[in-house]
This record gives sequence, structure tokens and C-alpha cells, in this order.
Amino acid sequence: MTKKWSFKLTPTRKILIALVIMSLILAIYRLATGLGISTNLNDKWPWGLWIGFDLTAVALAGAGYSICFLVHVLHIERFKIIARRALLFSFLGYIFVLATLILEIGRWDNFWRPFISWGIHSPMFEVYMCISVYTFIQLIEFAEIFVQKFSLTWYRRIEKVMPVVVILGALLPFGHQASLGAIYLIVPHKLHPLWWSSLLPWFFLITSFFVGPAIGAIEALWSGKIFNSNVNIKILRSLIRISGGIMVAYLALKVFDLINRNAFQYLFTGGLESSMFLLEMVAGIILPVVICFSPWGTTKTGMVTFGILTVSGVVLRGQDIPLPVLNGE
Amino acid sequence: MSKAVLVDVTKCVGCGGCTVACKMWNDLEFDKSMPSHSENPKLTSKNWTTVTYQKVNKGGKQVWRFVKEQCLHCEDPACASVCFSKAIKKTPQGPVVYYPNLCVGCRYCMVACPFDIPKYQWEKVLPSITKCQMCVTKIKKGEAPACTSVCPTNALTFGDRDKLLAFAKKKIENGDKYIKHIYGEKEAGGTNWFYISDVSFKELGFPTNIPKEPLPHYTHEYLKLTPTVFIGGGALFTALSIYTRRRNEIAKEKEGK
Repeated sequence: MTKKWSFKLTPTRKILIALVIMSLILAIYRLATGLGISTNLNDKWPWGLWIGFDLTAVALAGAGYSICFLVHVLHIERFKIIARRALLFSFLGYIFVLATLILEIGRWDNFWRPFISWGIHSPMFEVYMCISVYTFIQLIEFAEIFVQKFSLTWYRRIEKVMPVVVILGALLPFGHQASLGAIYLIVPHKLHPLWWSSLLPWFFLITSFFVGPAIGAIEALWSGKIFNSNVNIKILRSLIRISGGIMVAYLALKVFDLINRNAFQYLFTGGLESSMFLLEMVAGIILPVVICFSPWGTTKTGMVTFGILTVSGVVLRGQDIPLPVLNGE
Repeated sequence: MSKAVLVDVTKCVGCGGCTVACKMWNDLEFDKSMPSHSENPKLTSKNWTTVTYQKVNKGGKQVWRFVKEQCLHCEDPACASVCFSKAIKKTPQGPVVYYPNLCVGCRYCMVACPFDIPKYQWEKVLPSITKCQMCVTKIKKGEAPACTSVCPTNALTFGDRDKLLAFAKKKIENGDKYIKHIYGEKEAGGTNWFYISDVSFKELGFPTNIPKEPLPHYTHEYLKLTPTVFIGGGALFTALSIYTRRRNEIAKEKEGK
């Protein structure tokens, strides 16, 4: 069953191409005019929505590593079928993150400096190094699939390094997802007590791990519809259960942390912070957990709802955390 | 020997000469819409130091106080610790110095600074962070920073950090002119600029919720785990991978039989 390459201009593709052209124009505008005019950021708001989305995108791109961990480290055979999809999603995610980060930093011409001038006391350094190395690792993981069709000698060569590559591919993101949370450790006086915790790195790590399978499931269901390549729904069910289980643990740790830091009192004080936090917890964690372990959660719609809620929770947190930081008055 | 500056708020008359000296030495543009000394001046990429005129309540009477603001040059600076390309460094002489040629422009220093000091050249195509450099080139030659050398009322005293701190302590303990708090002695783990005053620092608009612990400690608690996590995690993952693969193989062999 070999299909020929064809590129028909469907309405979806037209919209996507229009979006690409628009973002290219905006990117050029940003590079030509500087950050002030193009983003409206200022000294009071040095980080804006943009970095929130960037950091969220990194967490969402975690699909690759959590499924890589399940398939290549724990060797759970039944998940093998979605490993490549997750990798593709992840790879695209990291490319997106790198491209937007280049536009986000003020001195994009200096992006390579940290490779030479090592600021090892910064969590940002770990994030930077891990993202760079991990993108390269993903390139190799991807190449293994790619060269399979063209060159057997190259495939064999790559296959030899694969055991090391997959271990690194599972390990590096573990480190940098946690470092992403560690970025906010230095502002205990600026971040609201509902969010600031010395456990922040671990919260970020756990989140990125459970959002991986959630994204993987949505992707499999939607692309299954479009490309007629259905993944066995039983596999997706057990994948989502893994997410749900980890989310229960996350919720427990979160509650323990709030009590431990005496921050429980801020939960129902009203106001923007406590409402956002409650929304994050109820819509992004509790509701998906309930769906996941209910009979409805085994249907396709249930699973997609679960995935969307989980992802929205992470996106929301990605905005919640930097916003109070910026509002440091 | 680490150098420091002591600001005696009771002696400042708000002439703003220090802000002018700063602009002249650092070649910063004067901007009429952004005065460097007034009732509501702002630190910007062109104003590395400001003097704020504050009407405060003292013993039931309204009085004017004048507060100079600039980088406090922390002993263990958050900005330098979060800079992932080492574009900000603490010098042994005391100043916390920014090197624009290394800067990537992530602005993490602006977020991390407890005093909100670093500012950005938002209007430039290739911008830099800006902040008081404590006239590091002058200090290295044994001279005082530009601002302190022009102060007409001795509100700014430049000297060795230890001696200056002892001097400030003696000053606030003698009599009841000063409140018993040296701002900068313990804030964020201690700074190289100190303030003494006769009205509370809160009333003067100083941030008062700053941890006494150096802020980089919070990140260090996490970052120190990196080597262990990386090596330990690598070993654990490899072991797990070999174990689970073998387990699967055995399971298959059994099925085969």
C-alpha cells in the first residue's frame, strides 16, 4: 500500500499556510523594531504572556520523554505503537520552543554565548543545555526512523547508539522539566504563596510527565480520525489511567505542600490568585481524575475531554505563575 | 577589600547632584519626560540612580525626606546567580558588574532582583540590561563612585564595607535620632550599599519583605542535586531498561514453550 506524495490545498492547509506567513511577517517585525514596540513589554513586565506560552510548550512537548520512558526504559510493549507519534509531537514541540525563544530573547545574535560562558548557578542554564542536547537526541531518534527507508548501513550505525540515545532521551527531559520549575525558586517574595514552594521543580516534573500520555491520547484519537490509522482504544485507556494515577499522587503532594507551608489559608480568600489556583486544581486536576476513573472516561469523547482538561490546566499554570512574578510591586 | 557606600537619609537635601554626576560619568542621556530626581522619578535605562522626594509623617508632623535609589550591589546577588551566560558578575571590590557582550537578553535578572533594579533598553533593536555599576573602573583605581564624590552634604560615605558597617552601627546606637535598622545589612543576605534613617524604611517606600537569606540559596538547594540526579538517574534508567527487557524476553520464551 504505497501512496504517492500529494499536496492538495485543503481549507485547513490554507488557514495553516496563512498563519505561517503571518507569523513570519510578525517575526521580521519583531527583529527589526525590538521588543518594546512589538510586544509592549516594559520594565514592570519584563516577562509576558509569551514566555508563559513558551514554558508551557516545553511541558506539553514532554509527551516524547514520558512515553519514551514507558516504552524504552520500562519496555511496556503495548505502548510501543504510539512511541513514534509521541516523538514526532515532541520534536515539533521543541522546534517550536526553540524558534519562539530566539524571538523572545533580546540579544538573539548572542544566543550561543552560554555554550561558552557557563552560568552554572542558573536553572536557566540547565534548561538551555538540556533543551539543546535533547533536541539533538530527538534528531537522532528521528533519523533512525527516517533512514530506515533509504540506507540500511546508516540505519545499522544509528541502531548501535540507540540504547544510549533512548536513555538520554528519557533522562535529560526529566532534569530540565524540573529545572523549568526551579526558575521560580529565586522569587519567594514575589510569587504568591499558593504557588511558591521549594517543591516547585518536582511539581513541574510530575506535571510534564502526566500531561505526556494525555497529549499522546488526544493526538492518537484525532490523527486516527484524519489519517484512518486507529490505535487500539484499550491501549489509550491504559495510557490515560497512568496519567490519572500520577495526577492523584500530584494532587496529594500539592495538598500536603499547602498544609506544610501553612498556605492552605490562601485557598479560599477570593481574589484573582485563589480563584486561578482553584480553577487550575479543579478543572485541570480533579475533574480529569474523576473522568479518567469513571465509565465515561473509557469512551473516545471522555478521553479527549480528559486530555483537553489536563492540557488546559497546564497551560493555565504556565500563565498563572509568571503573571504574579511580573506584578512584583 | 570589599567597598561599600553608606547613605544617611537624614543628611540628604534632595539636590539630585548625584544623579547628574551618574549621567555624566556613564554618558547617559538626559530625558526631560523622565526626571532623575522628583516626587516620582523612575529608574530606567537612562536613569541608573534616582532621588525621590517623599513627604512622610514624623512625630505627627509632615516632613520631607529624600531617598536615593540605585543597585544595592548584593553580597550574594540573585541577578548574577540566575544569569546563564555569566553576563553579571560580583567583583571582589564589591560592585556587581554587567558585561553586555555576554548578555543573551533573557531578562531573568530583572525578574530575580529583589529590589527591581535592572532595567532594559526596550526601544533598541539589540538591547542591553542597564544598572548602576558602582563606577567599578573608578573603584579599581582607588577612587570613589561618581555620585558619592559630588554629594555636598556628606549624605553618601564611601569606604571599606566592614568599617562602614561598624561606623553605621555606632551611629544608630548613639542617641535616638536614628531608627535601629541598617537597611542593607541583612536584606537579601547583605548588600554593599547601606541606608540609615530617622523614619521607617517602609514609609520611605523600601521593599521590606525581602528574605534575610541570600536568594541564590533557594536555587542552590535544587541545583546541587543535579550531578546526583544525572548520574544516579542514568544508572537507574539503564538498570531498569536492561531488567525490563530481559523480563519481557523470559516471558516470551515461556510463552513459546
